[in-house]
Amino acid sequence: MKRGIAGSLESNDALITVKESDKLTITVKSIVYDFFHKQIEKVIRDTLKELGVEKIDVVCEDKGALDYTIKARLIVAVKKMEASE
Amino acid sequence: MKNVLGRFVPEGYEPFAGSGAYKDKKRIIIQEKKTSRGFEKLSSISQMFDRLGIKDGMTLSFHHHLRNGDFVLNMVAEEIKRRNLKNIKLAPSSIFPNNRILAELIENGNVTEIYTDYVNGPVAEAISRGKLKGMCVMHTHGGRPMAIESGALHIDVAILAVPAVDKDGNGTGTVGDSACGSLGYAESDLKYADKVVFVTDTLIDKAENPQLDGKYVDYVLKVDAIGDPKGIVSGTTKITKDPVGLKIARNTVKLLEELGLIEEGLSMQTGAGGTSLAVAYYVRNRMLEKGIKGSFASGGITGYFTDMLEEGLFKELYDVQCFDLKAVQSIGKNSAHHAMSGSRYANPYDDNVVDKLDFVILGATEIDLDFNVNVTTDSHGMIMGGSGGHSDTAHGAKVTVITTNLVKSRLPIIKEKVTTVTTPGEDVDVLVTERGIAINPRRQDLLERVKGSKLPIVPIEKLLEAAHKITGVPEKLKQSDKPVGVVVYRDGTVIDTIYKIREEGK
Amino acid sequence: MRRSLLFIPGNNPAMLQNCDVFDSDAVIIDLEDAVSVTEKDAARALVSEFLNAMAEQPPMELIIRINGLDTEYYPADLEAVVSDKIDTIMLPKATVEYLEKLDKLLSGIEKKKRMSKKIGVVPIVELAISVLQIEEIVKCPRVNGVLLGAEDLSGDVGVMRTKKGNEILYPRMRLAYACAAYKIDAIDTPFTDTNDNDALTEDCLFVNNLGFNAKAAIHPNQVPVINSVFVPAQKSIEWALRVEEAARQASLKGLGVFSLDGKMVDKPVIQRAENIIKKARKYNLI
Repeated sequence: MKRGIAGSLESNDALITVKESDKLTITVKSIVYDFFHKQIEKVIRDTLKELGVEKIDVVCEDKGALDYTIKARLIVAVKKMEASE
Repeated sequence: MKNVLGRFVPEGYEPFAGSGAYKDKKRIIIQEKKTSRGFEKLSSISQMFDRLGIKDGMTLSFHHHLRNGDFVLNMVAEEIKRRNLKNIKLAPSSIFPNNRILAELIENGNVTEIYTDYVNGPVAEAISRGKLKGMCVMHTHGGRPMAIESGALHIDVAILAVPAVDKDGNGTGTVGDSACGSLGYAESDLKYADKVVFVTDTLIDKAENPQLDGKYVDYVLKVDAIGDPKGIVSGTTKITKDPVGLKIARNTVKLLEELGLIEEGLSMQTGAGGTSLAVAYYVRNRMLEKGIKGSFASGGITGYFTDMLEEGLFKELYDVQCFDLKAVQSIGKNSAHHAMSGSRYANPYDDNVVDKLDFVILGATEIDLDFNVNVTTDSHGMIMGGSGGHSDTAHGAKVTVITTNLVKSRLPIIKEKVTTVTTPGEDVDVLVTERGIAINPRRQDLLERVKGSKLPIVPIEKLLEAAHKITGVPEKLKQSDKPVGVVVYRDGTVIDTIYKIREEGK
Repeated sequence: MRRSLLFIPGNNPAMLQNCDVFDSDAVIIDLEDAVSVTEKDAARALVSEFLNAMAEQPPMELIIRINGLDTEYYPADLEAVVSDKIDTIMLPKATVEYLEKLDKLLSGIEKKKRMSKKIGVVPIVELAISVLQIEEIVKCPRVNGVLLGAEDLSGDVGVMRTKKGNEILYPRMRLAYACAAYKIDAIDTPFTDTNDNDALTEDCLFVNNLGFNAKAAIHPNQVPVINSVFVPAQKSIEWALRVEEAARQASLKGLGVFSLDGKMVDKPVIQRAENIIKKARKYNLI
């Protein structure tokens, strides 16, 4: 199955794993879940829309990353997935 | 009922009315315990329980000078568990992660009330999850001796770890395998508990300048080891290497200078965190450059301060607790390095040291637009600390400076309202962050002094705005409505309530 | 005019989000040596999104160190980061040929993106050939400062790096004079021992005397040291202010040359004093 990973579990970073899927699923684990999980999900949805990806499985393990970090990690993860065999 | 800060106060507690309200009340001191020369030797923890008749519902007290290396509280807890005693009230001056067995005792109803100044680790989590049947009452380091001497906190048995005990029952912290230096937090327990047991691993002939007077002690129990020396000295007592922390420290010292606080005769206290120690170090450098000498430093003492004492930068150190090995060694040999009791340190009614401080450098897990500071819970409301001497020194010192990162792992440290108030904003004067300095508008005198300063001084609202620009606005958390504890201000009134945390999410 | 230029690894979100708090005159976000080959894409995307999200210009100059023109990465680097949000591109392994090529590439992007800004260039002199070409390098388009890259340069020449730095005396002197001649920043190589700020101070004083006006930092804790050395000392500020005042008095009397403290003061001295005052004002010292 095609998959891509980007980012890390260092503080202020996020590790994003994406897999091919027949539907859209987003899982967010975060050290600031109670305060930012809606925002993190929104960034993921908006970025997928920008990339034109509708069906994908996204797992985001967040260590306090800012929005732009999550977006950048997701972009690279999707790119890697598309390039994988 | 709500207190003057608008915080809920549960039934049966007196609401906080302001940090100076204690002045309108009289000091209450109960009779000291009976004294005698001579003590009885005990042979085991179990025998101690039998001999003293330790039973359901009693209050047992401890000190935390052995910090995360303490064995004594744990040995007693094991025995409570073995005997399945119920409704025991524990009053340790602090609880550390190595006391995790207490979490089990709380769950089983062996321990149902806790009185402490600081609690961190598994026990804090158990309390926050609502496992404690009664309340967790969180004092300050100065409020605890006040509560004990006034009888508000009655202790049946004080079980005190003592690094060395001499033939006359005198106790000292300066020698022995588990030497920890000052035993300041044990002194009120010693004088006012119904019964006092010293637990030691070192019997000596004669203690020099013993801090704990043998006339109060009823029993001495010798065990193999009272603590693990590796856990006794804290691992955090080094200057931070974090560049953000160092920038905060540099700006703090520049500000102190502009406020005219780095002058001949200065007195100061800092916490033992990396940024606070960096402030101490930079203050030292400025003192050397300016060729000035201070009068005293106080509090938990680290090697940075004993070095300054030896360099002649302070005349005296007042030490309630040694944070590292260097401090332990110094207190044993330097006559200008004084051990002091918790009461002398910070009891509002004592001739205390905190009232003589020029400035104190403190941390915060949260600070709000009214300058109220939280060091008791995290932003979820989970207990992770406590005042310790935070609110005592903040009230006493002429200038109280909070140093903290503006943002820690995406959470802004500045809130509109702190989750839990530990120290009231009326006693907090300055906030120094890496992105600016805020001065409490209550201190017009300080604002006047820094007029024309090149330091980035801005209203605290601007700092909150700057934080939100970086992180986004965090969602507001609703607390549960089940109280699990109270934050007791140093005068015995309740400044805030601690609630059971909500388990959903994560 | 710069004093301190702080390197920030491009793929480190924690460093990136605090890059503007360390009081450096410039931040160099690094896509080259601080980023491993497997992370090039990730770093480029992160820096690009970081720049996109930046709401307001930070208080310091923003420089991006791209990968060299001898690599496969530089076209994507330039495409991702060049915009009105940045000020300068730092070019590693710079030669005259690469600098001319970079100028054309940047002009193309500026036109395509309809940018309002003209991006500056700071080449890194880190090849023996670049040391020899230095007089041509400083004249290349967009170049407003030159950084000496002593680590790679020593490798290229085949000498050992030492703390004292005798082995880089020649390139340092050439670079300082070339920059002085064309009035651009001479930026010294970073001091690699981040735990020895006393030696860093010495190093800064030494190169300041050779004619360097700035130094790169590889750790935020080096910035205050660098900032304090590469400004006029309090004593020279006081001297300069006195010269300025004396010059004002003299010109009222119609005198071109006058004496101060028994020393003759003429136009070059007055000029030097004016430069010191200008610098001191810029860095808030007066």
